[in-house]
Order: sequence, then structure tokens, then C-alpha cells
Amino acid sequence: MEAVPAVPPFESFYVEHRDVVLGFLRRRLGGQAAEDAFQETFLRALRAYDRLEHGDYLRAWILTIAARLVIDTGRRAKPISHELPELPVEDGRPAYAQIEHLAGELPPTERAAVVLRYAYDLPYDDIAVALDSTPEAARQAASSGVRRLRSRRIPT
Amino acid sequence: MTVSTDLDLRFRAAAAAEGLLDVGFDVVDSPIGPLLVAATGRGLARIFFDAEPGLHLDRLAQAFGPRVLRSASSVGSAHRQLDEYFAGDRSSFELDVDLRGAAPFARQVLDELARVPYGQTTTYGTLAAKVGAPNAARAVGTVMNRNPIPIVLPCHRVVGANGSLTGYAGGLELKERLLRLEGAML
Repeated sequence: MEAVPAVPPFESFYVEHRDVVLGFLRRRLGGQAAEDAFQETFLRALRAYDRLEHGDYLRAWILTIAARLVIDTGRRAKPISHELPELPVEDGRPAYAQIEHLAGELPPTERAAVVLRYAYDLPYDDIAVALDSTPEAARQAASSGVRRLRSRRIPT
Repeated sequence: MTVSTDLDLRFRAAAAAEGLLDVGFDVVDSPIGPLLVAATGRGLARIFFDAEPGLHLDRLAQAFGPRVLRSASSVGSAHRQLDEYFAGDRSSFELDVDLRGAAPFARQVLDELARVPYGQTTTYGTLAAKVGAPNAARAVGTVMNRNPIPIVLPCHRVVGANGSLTGYAGGLELKERLLRLEGAML
């Protein structure tokens, strides 16, 4: 018997999720920037794809990559007007890195909901798309994830 | 929100150009019908007569890795040489091939097969003798039947000892057609 592959062939994965990813990026970045980010999102996915251990939550995974790219794009973007003040430089690690780290041990759905909501600031409509469920279920997954994080004993 | 053809093709080309694919493939039109042609970083790896990608994605992923993507540029040189072959303008292919996964005996036979000249035929027994296994004509037939890169590795040029066409994974009619294209005496 041949081993069952951990993930579907990239072609199937790409065809299944490309429209959702572009839709998400258009809402976040608009026109040309969305198209540039689209290509980079799937190139990043391709670079990591053979290291994935399973094919669960691939939509959440690719939207997480896209969301991180939106944040990177925002950092690079120059202020539209020269009169805008310089933004203060962020201190330490960006929020999404900290939350991803903290949420690492949550069950997969809760982890995805918490990370997408609080690290990437996605609305529940987008998270529902990522989890292939409803906005209400996404909200519940995020809040039960947060409860679980709060109740966890922090090792000293 | 639908991804435009232009954006789609740009991503596929960029993925191939960055060398990120385990295997790239495309569907290539030919006078004998569409062919699915697949290549890895090492060379041409598969030609399928049944060109419906859905039938082959899993098999390609199992053989080469999960980063399987359709992209014309991955198989550009194979496509061009196949066009020239079918136009009668090319009598030998200048392509690296990726035969990983082939057993040592199969590889020996396929290497020998690649030397059978354009427009000529040989027999299963002759090929068996050439790899030092004169009694293995039947095993050679099995290797021909499973040839991963038909046309380019010319198993259509291998016929029975009595000159009959015997068999072909793409059908006997196709075997005869390829031999006639090459001007072989049948």
C-alpha cells in the first residue's frame, strides 16, 4: 500500500481556495495591491506546503498567510499625505506572533478562530469563510478559545 | 470573486520560475489528441494519453511530492519538441528524463529503448538480449506497458518477433499511427 499523502496535490488546494483568497485580499487592500499579494500568498504557501503534516484547516491556513501579508503590506506602505505624522515604531514582537505562540495548544478550530480574530483582526464573516462555518460559530470558537487560554495555569 | 486568467497564469509562471514545484504539468494538444505532460526539476517525467488532470494529480503527488501545479513553462521544451516531432520535423528528442521510481531492470530497458532509432522497429526479445536477459522478453513487454514517458521513450517501436504490433498502452491504432508518421515499414 502506498502512503496516504498528508495534503492534497497543490493544484487542487490552489483551485479550491484561490477565489476566497483573492476576495479577502481585495476587501483588505483593493485592486492592484490585492493582485500582488495574491501571488505572494500562494508562493509563500507553496514554499511551506511540503512541510505540512496534515491537510486539515487548509483554508484557515492560507487566509492566515494572506492576513499576515496584509499586515506586512500595511507596514511597508508610505503615508498617503506628507502631512501625516510618523507612526511610532512597534515595541517587541508584533501582536500576531505573540498570539500565535500562546494559542498553539488550543484545539485547531479554536486556535484558528482566536488567531484570525485577535492576531489578524479579521471580522467574523471572514473567519467563518476560513473555518467553513458560520459567523456565529466562529464567534463562539474564538470566545471559548479565549476562555480556555484564560483558565490555563501559566507555568512559572 | 473570480481569479482572472491573467492573474492565474502569472502565479503559475512565478511558481515554476522560482523552482518551487515538485512536478509541473500541462495539457498539450497534439494530432493524436491532448496529452498530459509532466516534468520535474530533473527532467521530463510523465506523458499520459488520457489528459484529464483530475485523473493524475494524486499519482503525480505520490510519485514526486505534493507541490504539483499546472504550468506551461514547466514543460516548455518538451511541448516544443513534441510539436516538432508530430510535424515530422524532429527525429530524436533532446530532453533530460526523470525515471526515479523505476526499478533497476526497468531503467536499463528504458535506457536501451531510448536508443532505438526513429522510423525503425525492434522486438521485445532483442531489447531483452541487449540488457543481458535474453529470456526476459515478457518482462520487457511489461516495462513497455508501464513506460512512464511514451512517444519520447519510443515503446511504439517495439513489436513482436513475428512483426505483429502486439500491444500498446495507448491502443494499437495509435502505435501504428506513430510508426507510420515516422515512415517505418509495417
